[in-house]
Amino acid sequence: MDVLFSEIPWGPVLILLPLAGGIACFLFPASAKPLGLLTVALVGLAVVGLGWQLLGHGVYHHAVGGWGAPLGIDLAADGLSLLMLAMTALVGFGVSLYATGYFKPADSVRFWPLWLLLLGALNALFLSGDLFNLYVTLELVGLAAVALTALQGGRDALTGAMRYLLATLLGSLLYLLGVALLYHGFGTVDLALLSERVMPSPVAWAALGLMSAGLILKTALFPLHFWLPPAHASAPAPVSAVLSALVVKASFYILLRLWLAIFADISEGVAALFGLLGAGAVLWGSLQALRQTRVKLLVAYSTVAQIGYLFLVYPLASGMGVTAWSAMAYLAFSHALAKAAMFLAAGNLMYFGGHDRIADLDRVVQRLPLTAGAFALAGVSIMGLPPSGGFNGKWLLLQAALTQGRWDIVGIILLGGLLAAGYIFKVLGNTFTQAPKTHEPISVPARMQWAAMLLAAGAILVGFLASPFLALVGVGDPFNVGGLRP
Amino acid sequence: MSWDSWIPLLVIASSLLPGLIIFGLAEERVRLRTTLNLLGAVSKLALVGLMLWGVFHEHHYETRLALLPGLELVLRAGPLALLFVTLSTVLWLLTTVYAIGYLEGSPHRSRFFGFFSLCVTATVGVALAGNLITFVLFYELLTLSTYPLVVHRGTDVARRAGQTYLIYTVVGGALLLLGTAWLYTLTGNLEFTPRGFVGHLGPEHGPVLVIIFALLIAGLGVKAALVPLHGWLPQAMVAPAPVSALLHAVAVVKAGAFGIIRVVYEVFGVEFAAGLGVMQPLAWLAAFTIIYGSIRALFQDDLKRRLAFSTVSQVSYIVLGVAIAGPIATIGGIVHLVHQGLMKITLFFCAGNLAETLGVHKISDMNGAGRRMPWTMAAFTVGALGMIGAPPIAGFISKWYLGQGALETGQGWVILVLAGSSLLNAAYFLPIVHRAWFREPPAEWPDEHDFGRKETAWALLLPPMVTALLALGAGLLASTPFSPLEWARLVAQREFYGP
Repeated sequence: MDVLFSEIPWGPVLILLPLAGGIACFLFPASAKPLGLLTVALVGLAVVGLGWQLLGHGVYHHAVGGWGAPLGIDLAADGLSLLMLAMTALVGFGVSLYATGYFKPADSVRFWPLWLLLLGALNALFLSGDLFNLYVTLELVGLAAVALTALQGGRDALTGAMRYLLATLLGSLLYLLGVALLYHGFGTVDLALLSERVMPSPVAWAALGLMSAGLILKTALFPLHFWLPPAHASAPAPVSAVLSALVVKASFYILLRLWLAIFADISEGVAALFGLLGAGAVLWGSLQALRQTRVKLLVAYSTVAQIGYLFLVYPLASGMGVTAWSAMAYLAFSHALAKAAMFLAAGNLMYFGGHDRIADLDRVVQRLPLTAGAFALAGVSIMGLPPSGGFNGKWLLLQAALTQGRWDIVGIILLGGLLAAGYIFKVLGNTFTQAPKTHEPISVPARMQWAAMLLAAGAILVGFLASPFLALVGVGDPFNVGGLRP
Repeated sequence: MSWDSWIPLLVIASSLLPGLIIFGLAEERVRLRTTLNLLGAVSKLALVGLMLWGVFHEHHYETRLALLPGLELVLRAGPLALLFVTLSTVLWLLTTVYAIGYLEGSPHRSRFFGFFSLCVTATVGVALAGNLITFVLFYELLTLSTYPLVVHRGTDVARRAGQTYLIYTVVGGALLLLGTAWLYTLTGNLEFTPRGFVGHLGPEHGPVLVIIFALLIAGLGVKAALVPLHGWLPQAMVAPAPVSALLHAVAVVKAGAFGIIRVVYEVFGVEFAAGLGVMQPLAWLAAFTIIYGSIRALFQDDLKRRLAFSTVSQVSYIVLGVAIAGPIATIGGIVHLVHQGLMKITLFFCAGNLAETLGVHKISDMNGAGRRMPWTMAAFTVGALGMIGAPPIAGFISKWYLGQGALETGQGWVILVLAGSSLLNAAYFLPIVHRAWFREPPAEWPDEHDFGRKETAWALLLPPMVTALLALGAGLLASTPFSPLEWARLVAQREFYGP
């Protein structure tokens, strides 16, 4: 068993498998659904394989074609990469299961190739160890995501997708400028090498500014979040789930890697700025979510708020690195599962009732108890109530903030939780109302309800798995500044 | 792991699993649902009985599972935990029987009984929690699982009540979480320990510890309905009668009061807390709540609302007993946890019977109710007299010990509070009793249901009879082994003031 697992080069498999699957879906549209689902399931197995390898042998390196860095392309994975890959595989499987029921045949044909392309690009991004590969994969992720947003056409979707396209292109461009500066200044794009060579200098600072701005725009951190709510709310439900759960995390991941490898030591005050923006995101996103009258917009603004939490970690990391970054890992992972579940649940409500106006939801939610349950469980994690992954993240973050006496951040964390409870119960309150039946509903396939439920249950369950979770994330010590070294 | 370390987990599972299965059952599977409910309740009772016997003979039952870095999920059956577990398990069985009768034929019963079981799971978890983080976990679960029960009827009033309940409890939960996290950063330990675990901190931490104490008590005080955090409780009485029973006697307010006991005795330690100077304010707050609740109760015509304000008042007896900070008062406080539960659940069952059988909700409509429903009103009378503190019913024992304890620690003013409260209790309970027995019944009841020769359905009649008898028994047989009073002594001896 061990021999089998450690012999296979899981890195390339994780990238090539979804790409091949996507091509197959494109060539054989009639069997796109089973092919797509099979591919995603195999990707999940490959992540398990990679995890096995990481646990056994530590950090994973693969020189593609036998050419190592700095000449060739290096694939690398540590605990942090594994976390993102596992998150992608889990959410990906849930969403794929859901998509088999959701799309009409015409849309289905277009969905599967694009989605598998996106999956491959995400995997490649999380396995990349150099700035230029990260750029290429980031661009691929962005383009596939925009295409998916526009999948079903319609005015809202196209407008949303257009704004999204402009934002994502601008973001990548800024990032690319930063890459060029760093390459010019230090002669390499390999993260590990850069982390040894970079010193505080105008070039490095300019690169830091440009790359952070670009990536923050793509991550939709307040106040650059303007493109996210319309794009995420107008996309088809499975796409919204992928966008909110995974795509914004991709640019966040790059920023985190850059930070850990290069910028942490040379960036006076930037961490504080990130923290400030994060706090703004938590408050603004939550307040906006409270004001929304449609479920999908509410969930989208909740994403804006939750991204804020991820940035609250930066100012805390200098004092309590591992606790703070573990909090980040927990928050990112459980948010992915919970948010995907929420979007899928919202999709079920729309599918069933034909609308997602919160005020008219009463009868709809009552007749979909499983979906309401999924929304509620996901909500528990988003609110950060125990037991859930969201709670563990919040607890660790509170620990980091309290130990350093950062009362402002403590306040933001607690207030954010209360506001989240406000907007989640705004939806759930309708579950129990008695209202007349007003329309003929379209019944929702069981697997669409279960997909949402399984993801939500995952967000709860991960709250009980702290030690294996943190042990896996800790492989290769990624949160030690300067990580991902061979 | 030996068998003993599985039992606390099994106690949790005995209501969790039936609850989860019930969620999945179709509405019309009445028989299966009832079987599952009763099976869970009875097996929990058996397990708890086993643990009672074991703990009495100094066995240790403890489950530990990893939860967070450095923190474990700990379920431990100590004497204090068992006091609360036994109360909620016995009352859960009775409330389940009652709820089956009460909700017969109404919609959404699977949902109801599912959350009902979750609620009891959370309560038992609160009771068995061996450290503060486990306590917080189940405390929040309790909030989440009772909300659907409060809004169960789905009317606008119910939704508003649910909203109020949530606002209070979620904010309270946040305060509790903050206090817990802060305490953990200070001590690196959250394990409930006899005489507390913060005592080793130097005097320079005093002010911080006072703030933490205030945060924890505020978070717990919401559920314990300490004034001014009690606003949700009277509103929540729109919920169906079994839910009120659950809120007032079995689960929610008790979880708050129980948490206060834990925080005072096993987080801070009562001597240390007294040294911080926080016990006196807590006692005043409790005394104020006792009087305030009683006065508000006087002016309610809605029976359940009057009972709700009575709960506000009565639960603070527990807090008062804790805050007086002497061994005898402590016994009075913790035994009142059980006594108040038995008496108050009787009263709520009876109120539910009146509403279901006669359509009577208001006290002014209760004239002659005792002639139409003698058994129900007899149980009600026992509960009411117990609340007033008339011997030999359980409430008397609590008040006696509280008074003794206050004298022992030289806090004579408490006697005045107790006497005043007893007078007020009499003033709002005796008129009800008088109306029910000595006034002429009306020609027609507001909404009467016919149950043949019985006054009401068996499932509705039996539970209040049993709880009334238990309340009477707890008073009459107070000094026999395994009575609540004797067990409370055991708690005080072993956990609080032991070696």
